[in-house]
Amino acid sequence: MENTIAQIQVIPLQYYILFCSALFSIGVIGVLAKRNALVIFMSVELMLNSANLLLTAFSAYRNDPAGQIFVFFIMVVAAAEVAIGLALLVVVYRSTKTIDINVLNRLKW
Amino acid sequence: MVIESLELMQFISILLLVFPFLGFLTIGLFQKQMNRNISGILASAFIFINLILSGILFWYVSSSNLTVETQLFDWIKFADISIPFALTVDRLAVLMLLIINGVGLLIHIYSIGYMKEDAGANRFFSYMNLFVFFMLILVLSSNYLMLFIGWEGVGLCSYLLIGFWYKDHANNDAAKKAFIMNRIGDLGFLLGIFILFITFKTLSISEIATKASLMPSGDLTLMAITISLFIGAMGKSAQIPLFTWLPDAMAGPTPVSALIHAATMVTAGIYLIARSNVLFVLSPVTLNIILVVGAVTAIIGGLIAIYQNDIKKILAYSTVSQLGFMFMALGLGSFSGAMLHLTTHAFFKALLFLAAGSVIHALSNEQDIRKMGGLRKKIPFTFALFIIGTIAISGIPPFAGFFSKEVILTAAYEHGMGMGILATFISLLTTIYMFRLIFVVFFKAESKEIKANHHVHESPKVMLYPMAVLAVLSIIAGFVQLPKLFSETQGFDNYLSPVFEKASELVPVSEHVLDVQTEWMIFSIPLLFIALLVFLSYKRFVNENEFIAPTGIQKVLSNKFYFDEIYDFLIVKPLGFISIFFRGILDQTIINGFVNAVGTATLFAGKKLRLLQTGNVGFYLILMVFSIIAILFFNIIL
Amino acid sequence: MLTQYLFFFLSAVALISAVMVLLSKKPIHSVLYLTLTFFTLAGHYILLNAQFLAVVHIIVYAGAIMVLFLFTVMLLNLNIEGEFQKSTLMKFVAALAGGMIFLVLIGTLKSFDVSIVSNPEMTQIGLVKNLGKTLYSEYLMPFELSSILFLAAMVGAVMLGKKDKN
Repeated sequence: MENTIAQIQVIPLQYYILFCSALFSIGVIGVLAKRNALVIFMSVELMLNSANLLLTAFSAYRNDPAGQIFVFFIMVVAAAEVAIGLALLVVVYRSTKTIDINVLNRLKW
Repeated sequence: MVIESLELMQFISILLLVFPFLGFLTIGLFQKQMNRNISGILASAFIFINLILSGILFWYVSSSNLTVETQLFDWIKFADISIPFALTVDRLAVLMLLIINGVGLLIHIYSIGYMKEDAGANRFFSYMNLFVFFMLILVLSSNYLMLFIGWEGVGLCSYLLIGFWYKDHANNDAAKKAFIMNRIGDLGFLLGIFILFITFKTLSISEIATKASLMPSGDLTLMAITISLFIGAMGKSAQIPLFTWLPDAMAGPTPVSALIHAATMVTAGIYLIARSNVLFVLSPVTLNIILVVGAVTAIIGGLIAIYQNDIKKILAYSTVSQLGFMFMALGLGSFSGAMLHLTTHAFFKALLFLAAGSVIHALSNEQDIRKMGGLRKKIPFTFALFIIGTIAISGIPPFAGFFSKEVILTAAYEHGMGMGILATFISLLTTIYMFRLIFVVFFKAESKEIKANHHVHESPKVMLYPMAVLAVLSIIAGFVQLPKLFSETQGFDNYLSPVFEKASELVPVSEHVLDVQTEWMIFSIPLLFIALLVFLSYKRFVNENEFIAPTGIQKVLSNKFYFDEIYDFLIVKPLGFISIFFRGILDQTIINGFVNAVGTATLFAGKKLRLLQTGNVGFYLILMVFSIIAILFFNIIL
Repeated sequence: MLTQYLFFFLSAVALISAVMVLLSKKPIHSVLYLTLTFFTLAGHYILLNAQFLAVVHIIVYAGAIMVLFLFTVMLLNLNIEGEFQKSTLMKFVAALAGGMIFLVLIGTLKSFDVSIVSNPEMTQIGLVKNLGKTLYSEYLMPFELSSILFLAAMVGAVMLGKKDKN
């Protein structure tokens, strides 16, 4: 057992933190800089995944299964969210024939 | 039926306060339903009961020379300071009780007739009873704070009663003037109470007297206290410069003038000083100030009275002058002389006012003496009563005024020849204006208004009987104190001496004992002058062209020395300007502007913040991200 | 050694494909690059000995979610190149925001050091058997609730997808 953990801990935790933060900020940039609703959805998925990876890393280093179970549930939620999100996208496309998020300000009126 | 117990006397003192207040409540609450006669009789009945109770207390206090002290309840009590609600009945208080309740009763009975046709008669009687209640609190209180309550209360009732016919705005102005001038004096009174409290840590009159008697004469704190108390008395008892409210107060019904502004309220100032005699005796500077102020007031009041043309105003200025005379007595150290003159003045001034009311009633509310004349045949009873009052006030023996004035004149001559001559001059002024009044109203040829008026009728009996009683009192009341010439026993002086005992111990007795010849001079010379003046007035005032427009000095006198105009210029107008300034600039511009600015700022902020709601998802997302950055950032820093 | 090389290689591929997601002109390319990113992440999971998660990750993300995306793009014919762009200012602000988030996250998380191993008696927590044991004993309730969540999502998706009768 120690062997496995020692194997894992060859890579210091800070590297994982760095990597996941980078993925997360790329996701943020994607959300803010794109007008295509589809690409925004994908960036959100990217952010979720970066969080998943970080949780798993912590769980592996601490030998605590709770982290990985939480990741499992995050995946559950992400799946449900994508289903609904894409359905909404389809509805909006049907009404406005475009998936530009700027048309959503028509909801003000 | 020998009543000896102290508890009974204490109970009686409490009852004295209960009955008038009960009268006020009953008549006041049932104003609309009560029959006018019933309210008048009820009010008088309460005062009558009070008179009997006062008589019992008088008998008890006089015979036993004990003071009845009743503690009602603890009023203010913290740390080691205790100001209870307590009543003190000693000889001085019981004397005032008899005056207030006795003269009050007679005036109440008179008012039943006088206010018969007035729609607000019930309100009148409730206010009169309330006034008696507060006056009794003033007289019976055992500490200065409770006295102040009574002081303020009588001021309030004076306001209510002067402005009784409130539909006429001039009456309201007169009432306000009385109340406000009183208030100015009250400021002095309050200052005095504060200094008293700081100095003696108590406000009980007897305790202060005991503590103060240990202090040296001329002590500065005592001087400050006494001057402040005297300012209060100046306001209440209409001395210069706070006297202009009294003539204006004649706008109220005549019984009000008789009760409040002749017999009782205006004497509150003198009572206060007499009660605090120990404090005043130890401040000779204040006594001199009182003497000067009293003398000046007396002279000015008398001089103005000679040139007035309204019956009630002549009597009002006469009251001012007589009060000045009483203050002179206090200033000379003759406390019992002042009290004696207060008593006799109550009788004959009330009589004069009631008789004037009778004249006014007879002429259907005519008050200008230029429109009167020859009334002695038409209303003979009133004429007789008026003559009795005039003789009494002029100081002609053997009527009451002579004896009380004699005491004061003797004290004046003991002080010095100059003061004596001044005092004599003042009492001779009385003769001039009173006899002018008599001659013009009753002896002159009838004016054309009188000739045209066929309704000149005598007053009803309910008004005449009280006046008759007062007339009798004016005749006989003086015999309690015969001048030193005729008898050694000084009845009134002895009666009040326990009250002024402490004070007389403290005064360095520098008796200029007057020799018998001087005393005979004091007695007889004024009488000669009085006779001379009566004769001269008769010749002058019964002539036809009395009422030519006055010129020169006479003009100044007949315009009341322009006091009202000076006050208006110096005080009222600047106050008006200040008030306009405060309202226009401070209140409307600054404060209102500030409050409005808050509203405007809110609106402005709202207008600008509205622009954040663009409806643009991208914009919201950016805001979210930046907020998260900010939160995390501050988390790291702090 | 191998571990380290693998880690760096996988991280590089993940970062590059994530950036390409944003920079692609056609949406379909973005979808494909994202799928590549998911595969590299699955590789990371295996490096961490989280075997179950790696497999589930591939099945769910690469197998289901990405397929959904592809279906949407193709069915709605959204493969139009470079259709709309935000203004340059907005792109600059977005880049700025992203950079700041990166820095702040690093700052927040840098001081964590895991030296304490919480339960030493458990072995190989990444294996299905052990993870399953924990899942079905301590975390049973969230597990059941997630089924309700899926039910709601299904119903919602069907409802939203129905064409209006008019």
